[in-house]
Amino acid sequence: MKLIRAIAGMLGVMLLAASGVTLAQQPPLRIGFGMSLTGPLAGNGKAALISMEIWRDDVNAKGGILGRKVEFVHYDDQTSPATVPGIYTKLLDVDKVDLIVSGYGTNVIAPAMPIVMQRNLCFMTLFGLNVNSKFGYDRYFQIMPAGPEPSMDWSQGYFNVAMTLSPKPKTVALVGADAEYPAMALEGARAHAKRLGLKVVYDKTYPPNTVDFSPIVRAIQATNPDFVYLASYPPDSAGMVRAVNEVGLKTGMFGGGLVGTQFAALKTQLGPLLNGMVNYEAYAPDVSKKFPFLEQFLAKYQARAVKEGVDPLGFYLPPYAYAMMQVLEQTIKAVGSLDQAKLAAHMHKAEFDTYVGKVRFAKNGEWAMPRMLTVQYQGIAGNDAEQWKQPGHVTVLYPIDYRTGMVKAPYYGSKK
Amino acid sequence: MSNRAFALVAFVIALAIVAASQLVHNEYFFSAAYTVLQFVILATAWNILGGYTGYVNFGSAAFFAVGAYSTVFLYKAFQPPLIVMILTGTLVAGMLGLGLGYLTLRLRGVFFAIASLAMAVVLFTFVVNWDYVGGARGAYILQPREVPFGFPRYIHLLYAAMVLMAAFALVVARAIETSTLGRGLAAIRDDELAAECSGVPTLRLKIFSAAVSGALMGMAGTTFPYYLSYIEPSSAFGLSYAVNSIAMPLIGGMLSWPGPLIGAVLLGTIQQLVQVTVSSAWNLLIVGVLLVAFVTLAPNGIMGWVDAWRRRKH
Amino acid sequence: MEISTALLGNAIIAGLLLGGFYAAVSVGISISFGMLDVVNIAHPAFILLGSYIAYIVNDTMGFDPIVVSVAVSPLFFMLGMALYRVYYLCFEKRGQESLRGLAFFFGVLFITEVTLVLIFGVDYRMVQTAYSETTLRLGVLDFPLRLVVPFLVSLAMVVGVQLFLTHTFFGRAVLAVAQDQLALRLMGINPYKVKERAFALSIATAGVAGAFLIVIQPVQPSIGRDFIGLAFAVCVLGGMGSVWGTLLGAFVLGFAESFTATFFGPSWAPAVSFGLLLATLAFRPSGLLGR
Repeated sequence: MKLIRAIAGMLGVMLLAASGVTLAQQPPLRIGFGMSLTGPLAGNGKAALISMEIWRDDVNAKGGILGRKVEFVHYDDQTSPATVPGIYTKLLDVDKVDLIVSGYGTNVIAPAMPIVMQRNLCFMTLFGLNVNSKFGYDRYFQIMPAGPEPSMDWSQGYFNVAMTLSPKPKTVALVGADAEYPAMALEGARAHAKRLGLKVVYDKTYPPNTVDFSPIVRAIQATNPDFVYLASYPPDSAGMVRAVNEVGLKTGMFGGGLVGTQFAALKTQLGPLLNGMVNYEAYAPDVSKKFPFLEQFLAKYQARAVKEGVDPLGFYLPPYAYAMMQVLEQTIKAVGSLDQAKLAAHMHKAEFDTYVGKVRFAKNGEWAMPRMLTVQYQGIAGNDAEQWKQPGHVTVLYPIDYRTGMVKAPYYGSKK
Repeated sequence: MSNRAFALVAFVIALAIVAASQLVHNEYFFSAAYTVLQFVILATAWNILGGYTGYVNFGSAAFFAVGAYSTVFLYKAFQPPLIVMILTGTLVAGMLGLGLGYLTLRLRGVFFAIASLAMAVVLFTFVVNWDYVGGARGAYILQPREVPFGFPRYIHLLYAAMVLMAAFALVVARAIETSTLGRGLAAIRDDELAAECSGVPTLRLKIFSAAVSGALMGMAGTTFPYYLSYIEPSSAFGLSYAVNSIAMPLIGGMLSWPGPLIGAVLLGTIQQLVQVTVSSAWNLLIVGVLLVAFVTLAPNGIMGWVDAWRRRKH
Repeated sequence: MEISTALLGNAIIAGLLLGGFYAAVSVGISISFGMLDVVNIAHPAFILLGSYIAYIVNDTMGFDPIVVSVAVSPLFFMLGMALYRVYYLCFEKRGQESLRGLAFFFGVLFITEVTLVLIFGVDYRMVQTAYSETTLRLGVLDFPLRLVVPFLVSLAMVVGVQLFLTHTFFGRAVLAVAQDQLALRLMGINPYKVKERAFALSIATAGVAGAFLIVIQPVQPSIGRDFIGLAFAVCVLGGMGSVWGTLLGAFVLGFAESFTATFFGPSWAPAVSFGLLLATLAFRPSGLLGR
């Protein structure tokens, strides 16, 4: 019985494979990927997909790449690692796509690596923190501007700004969620603390489904840290910000690596509660002059986003999802073919002009220079989204060439 | 057919399937089949305690994850061959089943069910805090470059391992079902008090059943880290394992060994198809609706229909 | 870390307030499982349903979520009656309740969660109330109103349920059904009707608890599962079938979590709660105040 079933299954799959063949004049250039359309990171996944589709439409309007129309083949990875091997083997062996890119986040990038490495493919990835350090793959590329040593570079800006406080801080509290990204970010923060000779007076994590964050904030307050570094995901980012305001945390500087405040949802929900906090952003209207063309992309993105119910601002993932595809486009055109080895070699040596500025990759595929912005929120009044589209609500503190002002300390006093 | 004969037939069929699969060049088949086979093992294992003995285990994910994490632990410690990892994971999960059974099977069935849920949370918290296996950050398990037994790719080896393990699980289930032990379990399922009064050593049988069930569920998880190359607690303890391991035997039929197999292959294949066609939130909805529909309308599952049809013919 | 009075005091306050909320979550289980022997694993699904209804009304019309939930509790009551009827006809009557009943409720839990995901997505939802952002400060002790208000209403609800059970005819019928169904029938009362309404009451409390939940923290569909274990832990700990036991159990759990979070690290809090449950099941299954 089992054998018959197995054969039937195989026949079914072969039929599926056969049905995937399309014939055209110049065959379309098919790019395959998994994307989080459901699950915890669905909001970002959908935003990224919109940006990539805008790119595809822009490119096809100009005649495609190498005379071929660009097409996407994508599946929902549900933000779950378990679906990834199935999705990528299907894309490669059944759908036979020409090129692949990753989904969003370490959770779905890592499981694809063995498949990619076995076939020696060039792999452009979207916002995974330090995945390649484990695999050491020379055809891996990452569009997140974390820097060549992501786990350290991620909190570099924050610690740099903290050391400009006066008096110079001597103690730091580290806190974060029990999850992969915060654990990695905290590891980097610990290294910075050691490097700068700071005493770590609090270093604990909390489970992601914590209901009440006040005991945690109180415990942190009891250690009287000179500043606090927090690495969290959207639900606990919101919870911690609320708890910090509720308890009235008194410290020199608060913030660090909170995921979530980059999106409109949390910006509007928390509103003035964000004042005084220092966090990372990928983009702010205050530095729009440094990124020409980005405004017109954002206008296109925002129009679609509102219709589809995703992040209406698009300051975080969308510009980078677009830039990632621009890098691929320029590489394919420069190389003139889809030879994976040549594509990878070109991406390692060239500098690319994209909507997020000049992009250059280090040997391990990460960015040669970190470029996440460290900002301080200020002057936020009320809970509307429109105010965020205007400059004046964040002060960019780092990197130096993007700086628009200095940090206001201490945290509690700077909320006025 | 005696158990020995059945085991031989199962083993031969398994080898034939593995050999035939070498004709398939499409790697997607192996990825999808791996997941379906995982569920065959989980469903069969769950059914030993659930269908045969009548005790619902909500913590299947915990046993599965224990199997997976014991592999991670051994990988980080000294990287033994895969077979050692499989045996160890199975043993550890079996001991967990033994322990849980010993603690709670003296009480009513519902307490065991709740305790299995609670145990899953405790284990999850423990793993999240255990830095050696990566904790919340997860662990990377790199597939070896050299694939033993001459398979072209590592996924082929994993697939072969799963086919053999599935055959093994089915043999064990059938052996239990047709033995005196199995009749004792059925007596417990039908009326525990009466069984106890008739001299069935209920506590001993229940604990044994829990241990075997747990061991096989752990066995299903032992190769998972290699399949994904990256494992972190939330995906290892995922709820889909708990729900599917209950839904599949229920739909296929809980009273005998073909039931979980049918349920797993059917439901597993449907889920794989849905994953690459429509949106996957519907995936879980389908499982839930099927579960409720079958449990209310067709309590004996598909095998129940088959039996009723066979009876009508005579 | 020096244990200051402020830290200790606030840990106690937080534990107390949290405990009050946990009591509201669990009192329904105390009725359905403790007294009626129905293992309603889907109880948290109804809590979430209550949260989302409160959210919708609050988002569109701005009404206070707790007020909304009390207003719609009759709907939950009717939903509970319907659910019990299905359960009774398909399972209890046939004597299949242990295995199949569990699977049935598990399926209901799942379907509810997935449907909520399909409708609302997985983003967290919050409500805006007049008191969400106010905190009363008495010296070094903080009393955030987003915890205090649900705590007070929850206590009122739990005490109300207990008074109902002990001081009304119907309530005592429920207690009687828990003790001896046959005797009840011999006295001319239809146990089915009693059980149906008691179960409906448990679902109604779930709806109100849902409003508490969304006032205290943001909700998204999958957090229901975190509360299954918690609700049963509270009931088993406190002693099945005893509302005071549930209250006591809720406070014990609230304190355990709060103290662990404050002094040992919040990462271990879930293990403490469920470890307590396992220990209770192993050593004193009748709970603290159980029969």
